[in-house]
Order: sequence, then structure tokens, then C-alpha cells
Amino acid sequence: MKRKNQRTKLLVLAAGLAGVLILIYALGLLIPEKAVEGSFLEAGRPPCLSHPFGTDALGRDLLARTLKGLSVSITVGIVASGVSAGIALLVGIASAMGSRQVDAAVNWIIDLVMGIPHTVLILLISFALGRGMTGLLAGIAATHWCSLARLVRGEVLQQRSRPYIMVSRRLGKSGGWILLHHLFPHLGPQFLAGLVLLFPHAILHEASVSFLGYGLPPEQPAIGIILSESMRYLSAGMWWPAVLPGAALLGVVLLMDRLGEQLRRVLDPVTAQE
Amino acid sequence: MALEAKNVFFRYTRKSPWVLEDCSLTIERGECVAVTGPSGYGKTTLARLLAGWQTPDKGEILADGKPLPTRGPCPVQLICQHPQEAINPRWKLRKVLEESGKLQEDRLGEFGIERAWLDRFAGELSGGELQRFCVARALLSGADYLVCDEISTMLDGITQAQIWETVLKEAKKRNLGIAVITHNFHLAKKLGSRRIDLTAR
Amino acid sequence: MTENRESLLSIRDFGVSFQRYDSRMGQTRLQVISNLHLTVYPGEILAVVGSSGSGKSLLALAILGMLPLNAVTGGEILYRGKELTPERQKQLRGKKIALVPQSVTFLDPLMKTGKQADGQGGTGLTQKRRDIFRRLGLPGKTENLYPFQLSGGMARRVLVSTALLTEAELILADEPTPGMSLEQALEALRMFREMAEEGRAVLLITHDLDLAVEFADRVAVFYAGTTVETARASDFQNGPDALRHPYSRALWESLPQNGFRPVNGFQPYAGNLPGGCPYAPRCPLRTARCETALPPVRTVRGGEVRCYDGA
Repeated sequence: MKRKNQRTKLLVLAAGLAGVLILIYALGLLIPEKAVEGSFLEAGRPPCLSHPFGTDALGRDLLARTLKGLSVSITVGIVASGVSAGIALLVGIASAMGSRQVDAAVNWIIDLVMGIPHTVLILLISFALGRGMTGLLAGIAATHWCSLARLVRGEVLQQRSRPYIMVSRRLGKSGGWILLHHLFPHLGPQFLAGLVLLFPHAILHEASVSFLGYGLPPEQPAIGIILSESMRYLSAGMWWPAVLPGAALLGVVLLMDRLGEQLRRVLDPVTAQE
Repeated sequence: MALEAKNVFFRYTRKSPWVLEDCSLTIERGECVAVTGPSGYGKTTLARLLAGWQTPDKGEILADGKPLPTRGPCPVQLICQHPQEAINPRWKLRKVLEESGKLQEDRLGEFGIERAWLDRFAGELSGGELQRFCVARALLSGADYLVCDEISTMLDGITQAQIWETVLKEAKKRNLGIAVITHNFHLAKKLGSRRIDLTAR
Repeated sequence: MTENRESLLSIRDFGVSFQRYDSRMGQTRLQVISNLHLTVYPGEILAVVGSSGSGKSLLALAILGMLPLNAVTGGEILYRGKELTPERQKQLRGKKIALVPQSVTFLDPLMKTGKQADGQGGTGLTQKRRDIFRRLGLPGKTENLYPFQLSGGMARRVLVSTALLTEAELILADEPTPGMSLEQALEALRMFREMAEEGRAVLLITHDLDLAVEFADRVAVFYAGTTVETARASDFQNGPDALRHPYSRALWESLPQNGFRPVNGFQPYAGNLPGGCPYAPRCPLRTARCETALPPVRTVRGGEVRCYDGA
């Protein structure tokens, strides 16, 4: 029986996804500021050939704004999930390798953070740090590390009692050496998949908090801001500022999720050889 | 000069029954002692205690009169029953051997290791081939005592004979003390200069 | 002796290989079992003896149609003379063919062991099961325990009783005894013998030649993914002259009680199986022919052997 080669499939998918994301990111940066300047002559146009996403109530081209917004979203996604994953790794390892008290404290904090709804906590942190990009990034990073930290902790605990690690210790290797040579290579793949899967969460939280007005400032062309503005005109029959940027955001998130899921499947030894 | 267990008690949790109760034994340098007993008599636990993988709840383990070090190379090395679990599956086997010091490629022949195996991963070799790596790793570490916990149980007879030939040759050369933990009566009789029966206590 | 009877299970030129990814993106095939030849008759215990990790556990999984998804099989397996198709495997497994798995992870972690051992047989079996538990030295309370509360040896005895309770005609026992005490292992094997006397068949897959010779009627010697010889168990007791294949003789001589004599070289492993006879590189009797073509199966002195040598 001939089976499709999953790894080749993944590679093609990953390359395609990365290509799309890089393209969106680059387009967002390359589009000149002029393209998003308003013109009242063009205000409130539905999608047409010269404005594929239409224009908003101030006459700004929505495709250009959406691309710029997605580019901001991707930046937020990468930075926030990167920082969050870094915290997860440190905390997870500290919890598993440290003393009993450290482990108890970490578990308590994880329960606490996970017990509060993410959006509420992000709002609070972002508000406390004066909104804007920094506050938002801090808020997202501070809330998204918990489940990955738990995963890391569990893996390290399980690995620590493995015979090959016991042998390594009795051959005189230090804790740091074992961490670097035995544990990190083992954690790497799961950590990578976890990191990629954090990305869509981070983006969606950025959009929702900005939508509520506690995230990015209104002059920034973020998807959350566009969606928030669109609400005012929805009753006037202007559907395109809400639907098209929203769909574009959803598209990016789904692509990312798909990539993470594929990574997990290939890196997981149970399904790796299928 | 001996590896000693002195009145050792061990149990896994505070509520569980003793796995080992007041267990004492001595293995002199240059001596090969067979420790026998059916499963459930704490053979593997004893092996782990002797090599410092676990610490006894009461009593002590002494190598040449000193307690086993908690850091640095241990003078007692344990070889386990399942080599697959004692080798990191993500490593090339060259790195596995390098864990016990600089690789001495000219000595590979003594351990029955082919040079081509060094660049493979554990999953690409059989249990018998991997066990040779575990034996080589333990012997090259410079340990004075070996604890062999059913190391040839899962192998075919010929590989078993090969591995023991290697171990015994090196043991004679370096005057090692060896604990052979096995349930195989014939093997115990063949290898051990004396036998310790765990059921006898 | 057995040749005139109708076989229960017959395996011809059977092979298993795995699709694997190599370090690049390509897929390779890893041959683990090749040219395996085996016949099981009703009323006997046939042992398959090979070292661990040599792929002999795959044999049981292949008979039941439970190989991993990336496995590719070749050759044929006949059950009662008819090909064992995936549909038939599904129908027969658990009912006519039972497995005593090697790993205790085969137990359902959420089900009490007593209920689990009864299987689909219902409550009518309870008395029989208690009897079997008692004979295997499992305390009465075992039936109310969950698998995680069992020790390794207890779990294995539960697995054995599960298979003993079925009406299966063929029992595949994959390393059933490690972890049991000597008395328990002997009792389990005695129960297998009783089942064989009822006309059922037991395929005992083990690494332990001593155990196989002691308890089986016939012994198939598994080397590098194939069976090089199938001999009567008594042939092994009679010593090397009664055996047919050079590997079987070397194996006999390597046992601690028979000289403890090693042979140079190593058993070829999955993916590196040679084209001709797998034992040729170590064999004192090899000729040029051995290295190019696998010898056919011949019947010699009531046993089967794959060797060109006259024996």
C-alpha cells in the first residue's frame, strides 16, 4: 500500500505558510504611509477593482490597512509567543529541577494565572503599563506561558528518572551538562510545536484587546482597531470593513494553527512514522 | 578493598513494605559474585542501591570503605537489563561512548563494536549491539566495580557468551569487583566464584 | 509425527518491513522479518526463540493484524488452510486467536482486572477466572484492583489469565513469564500445556531457550528475522549432533551449562539483512552459494532447516 510521505507534505506546507506570512509582513512594511491616508472623495466605497477590500468611512484603503494591521499582528504574535515560551521553558525547568518549595510556588502561580480569564488579565496588565504596544506585549506574554510550562515540567520530571540520565549522572556529568545534552534535545521538538501553537492565541488576544480599546492606540492600523471602528458603520450597511479584515485575520490564524499541528504530528514519535 | 552493603533497608514510599530489609553483602576487588533470586526479591533495587542510583533509607553502601560520591564519576557502575533505556535515543552512539571520556577507537574491537555503528542511532541497532555499548561505556569509565543487572537476559546465547567474555577479560586485567545479578541458575554457577541467594534471608 | 495432521496456522515466506523516514526527506524500507516459515499444529506448544529486539514480537502482531500503520507485509499466513485476510483477522482475534501481550500497557487502565480478564464472556466465567487467578498465585482481592495497582509480575499473570479464559484455538504468548517467580512461571506454563492437551495450540514467543526446550514440543530458532530451524525440543536436550543448522548448534554450545562458547561476529539487524543465508558471515560451513541465495526449507530428520549443508 502506498502512503503519502507526511514529511514532504509538511515541508511543502511549512514553506508555503512561511512564504505567505513573510509576504504579508513585508507588504505591510513596504506599503507607503500615503496609501493609508484618507480621502473623503473615496470614503465608504464597497469593494471594487481599485480597492479590493473597499475603503472605510474616512476614505482609507482597507486592503492596505489590513495588510499593515496583519503585519503588526504578526510582530505581536512572534514577540509575545517567543517571550511567553521563554518564560515557560525557564519556569518549567526550575519547577522540575529545583527544590520542592520552588515547584509548589510555580504550581501555585500557574493555577492562579490560569484561573483568571486571559482577556481580563491582559486588560489589567496592558492598562497598568499605559496601553500601547509594550503593555499589550507584556500582558500577552505574561498570560500565555502556563500550559507550556506545565508540559515542560512534566517532560523534565519524566526524563530525569530515565536510566540514561541516571547513567550520565553516575559517570560524573553535572546537572547543567545533562540539561544541555540530554534534556534540551528532547524538549526541543515539543517546545517548538508549543511555540507555534501559542502564536494564534497571541494574535487573537491582541486583536480582541485592541478591539475593546485597551490595546494598541487608534492611529495604529491594527486589525482590532479596524474592527472596532467598523462597528460604528455596520448599521449603515458598511459590512466590508468588518468582514474582510476579520476574515484575513482568521486566515492567518488558521494557517498558523495548521502549521503547529503538522509540526506536532511529525515530531511526536507515536505518529512520526505514519 | 571491597564494595559493601551494610544493613541496608529500602522502600519506595513511607507506607510501602520494605523491598530490602537489613541486607548486607561484600564484593571484594577481583571477585565475581552471583546474586540470585526470583523476581520480587529486590534484585534490581539492590543493583540500583549498590551503584548509587538510589540511596538506602537505612544502612550504607561503601566502596573501598568510603560512601559513594554524590558528584563526579562513581567507582561503581551499573549495567541494566534493557540497553534501549540506558542509551539516549536521540544520540549517535559515538556520543554515548564519549560520555565516559575520550573515545579510544583502537579499543572498540575488544568490546565487539564495529566502527560503523558509532554514527548510528540507538534505534538502528539490535539489543545485543546496544548492550555492548553499555558494557564498553561502563568499563571505559574507569570504575572499580561493576553491577550487572540481568545484562544478558534478553539476548541470545551467543551474544550472552560474547558479552561475558568481554567483561571477564577486562575484569581480570583491571582486578574489578563484579556483582552478577541474575535469575539464571546456570549463568550464576558459571560466572560466580560464590553465590548470594536473596531468598535465603 | 505432526506432518500428517492438518495445520492450524501456517506461515510461508512471510516478511515484515517498515516505511521509515531517513535523515533527509526520503522514505526507506526497513526489512525486519524475511522468509519466515512456521507451521503450528493443534495440540502442541511451538516456541519461537530469538533475542529481544530481533522482531519476533512482530510475528504475533502480524498474525492478529495489529501491526503499526507503516508496516508492509509479504508472503502468506494461512489459518486452517485459508488465507488470513484483514477481515478474518478481525473476526478471529480475541475469539479464536488470543494474545498474551508482552507489554502490560495492553491492559485497560480504567477497568478492574477481574472484569477485564472475563472479557466478553460475561459473569459465567467468574468462577473459572478465580480458579485461574488462584493457581497463578494472584490474591483474591486482585480482581477488584485497577491495573496501576498491580506489580509488573501480577499484571503479567492477569494478562495470561485473560488469554486462558477465552475459547481460543490458538494462543500467542509473547514473553509471558518475565517478572513472575519461578513457581508462577511454571504454573503458567503448565496451564499452557493443559490447553494444548485439550487440542488447542500455543505459540510461545520467548528469548529463553532453556524455558522453550523445557516446555515446548517443538522449537523454532529465530535468527536475523527468519526461522533457520524448527526442531523437536528433545533435539536440544540431545545436544548439537541432533540439531540441523550451524546456528542452532552454536547456540547450544554457547549456553553457560554447555561450554559458554561465543562465536565471532554479530547477528545482522533490521535493515542490514544479507541477501543469502543470514548466518553465512559467521558460519564455519559456508560456501559461495550461501552468500548469494537463501537456502530453501528442507525436512531433515523430522525437523525443518534452511541450510545447504547435508546435516
